[in-house]
Amino acid sequence: MTKQLYGLMAEFETPTALVAAARAAREKGYRKLDAYTPFPIEELTDALGLHHNKLPLIVLLGGVLGGITGYLLQYYVTVIYFPINIGGRPLHSWPAYIIITFELTILFAAISAVLGLLALCGLPMPYHPTFNVPRFALASRNRFFLCIQARDPLFDPAGTVKFLESLEPREVSEVAP
Amino acid sequence: MPDERQDPHSGPKTIIAPGYTFGTVTDQIATVVLTKRTPPFWFAGFGVGIVLLLLFLLSVGLLFVKGVGIWGIRTPVMWGFAITNFVWWIGIGHAGTLISAILLLLNQRWRNSINRFAEAMTLFAVACAGMFPLLHLGRPWLFYWLFPYPNTMGVQPNFRSPLVWDVFAVSTYATVSALFWFVGLLPDLATLRDRTHSRFARFAYGILAMGWRGSARHWSVYETASLLLAGLATPLVLSVHTVVSFDFTIAIVPGWHSTFFPPYFVAGAIYSGFAMVLALAIPLRAVYGLEGLITKEHLENSAKVMLATGLIVAYAYMMETFNAWYTTNVYEHSAIWHRMTGPYSVAYWSLITCNILAPQALWFKRVRSKPALLFLSSIVVLIGMWLERYVIIVSSLAQDFVPSSWSIFQATRWDWATYLGTIGLFLFLFFLFIRLLPMISIFEVRTLLPQARVQEEVGD
Repeated sequence: MTKQLYGLMAEFETPTALVAAARAAREKGYRKLDAYTPFPIEELTDALGLHHNKLPLIVLLGGVLGGITGYLLQYYVTVIYFPINIGGRPLHSWPAYIIITFELTILFAAISAVLGLLALCGLPMPYHPTFNVPRFALASRNRFFLCIQARDPLFDPAGTVKFLESLEPREVSEVAP
Repeated sequence: MPDERQDPHSGPKTIIAPGYTFGTVTDQIATVVLTKRTPPFWFAGFGVGIVLLLLFLLSVGLLFVKGVGIWGIRTPVMWGFAITNFVWWIGIGHAGTLISAILLLLNQRWRNSINRFAEAMTLFAVACAGMFPLLHLGRPWLFYWLFPYPNTMGVQPNFRSPLVWDVFAVSTYATVSALFWFVGLLPDLATLRDRTHSRFARFAYGILAMGWRGSARHWSVYETASLLLAGLATPLVLSVHTVVSFDFTIAIVPGWHSTFFPPYFVAGAIYSGFAMVLALAIPLRAVYGLEGLITKEHLENSAKVMLATGLIVAYAYMMETFNAWYTTNVYEHSAIWHRMTGPYSVAYWSLITCNILAPQALWFKRVRSKPALLFLSSIVVLIGMWLERYVIIVSSLAQDFVPSSWSIFQATRWDWATYLGTIGLFLFLFFLFIRLLPMISIFEVRTLLPQARVQEEVGD
């Protein structure tokens, strides 16, 4: 049974308690841990060492791609595919292209921000072991959870329970896989 | 529960009323959606929405059968109500993006209680706005000709035309607003999924929440995403009404061809948008007992934004008149002179009264702190801003260069029916939204509570 455990979860009542617990767990050497909170907590991001993510890069690439697409689309249509000579004005009328280039930059960047967010979070994810804990529904209301996963090298069922209980949580529960 | 009895007075000053906890905030906002009892106010509002929506469907049906001739648009006033309504609606949408994006970047945390329904207002206002250029096409079913796509006709849109820029600006704006709104909803959908007792609701909100579980890893990416989306939406919202104003300024019609239109239009948009935010927030907070979350301070702040943008608009009217005189151009002179004294002078002076004179009352704190008066002044501003667009469009087109081509615009009953119809569409969508989704961002309001701050130990 213990082999099949996803991890152990401790429930806290305040953000302060959770951040302190997350720091203690990191200091103890646990690395495969995650916290679940009803709202973003900046200190928690620090405590778990989560500061870097690839989203800005994804959005930058999306924006650059959008800008290039917008410009080339207009260039191709007005210069190559459908050239119209009006009073000898240049076909490659770049000032007129600025707006659509800008709009498509924003559009592609925004779409890549949302798709990037979902991809980096692994969403949509219809099933996750944490939902097996009955009280976990409160993670979207007013409770703060710290979960140490069984795949952490330091994890041992009895010792980790003891460690979590030393942090004075409201409750420690096993998370079925 | 012991953690919920923290003394809120000891914490730092917050905008929402004291005494709230994470639990009560969640329950109060979620109950509006999850309750089985729908208040009579909702049925009344939704009912008005449906009746006007039916009127809209009737007008559109008739338009499809008979063509745009059912409207009063005749040469030379070919834009008439359709473009007036388009500009009015799209302007209203701007306040939502301003609140959700610009105020987020400026770290104005009070916006957390009003951004959700303001963003919804943006989406629905853009939906109403989008109707008019499409219906105005003459053959609305061929709307896809607006987009560049490979076709057997071998033709493409003219990328040098502001009307095509508008297509891209408005559709990008609609898409980005919808994405931003949905990302903001994700954690709250998870809350609804976890709070509901109905199997169907749990399934529906569960699908929409996509398995959000409030993981710290997710929150850290999520915060980056909101910030980036806000950063993208900020220049976008300023660009949209700029592009709308290009529809006017790039033409050489007297009264349109001027360089200050973009900032003037953006300020007007935010002006009317905040008026709409107030017009929606004041009844909602009273009916749903949300005075503790949408406080008087929120209303006052919105009124101040309204006053500030109203003064920018007033400045623009003065510059418009001054420029017309300063250009020494006879057509510019007469365009403004016709507005002030010609066939549309009633509309012109009403708009000056509604947009410049009446809002000066907002200087007084006594006016700003009375929701009923604020509601009244926001309706006045909404009417004034509609008249502004009407006067700009109709008076300039009706009397342009050669008097022999002048003609006065007469709105028909179908003009009014289509306009009222989009108000119905807006109300219909908005009331559906407040019944089915949390109208206040639950997770962002939680962060406003004093308990949300992590207390650091001294010397830690």
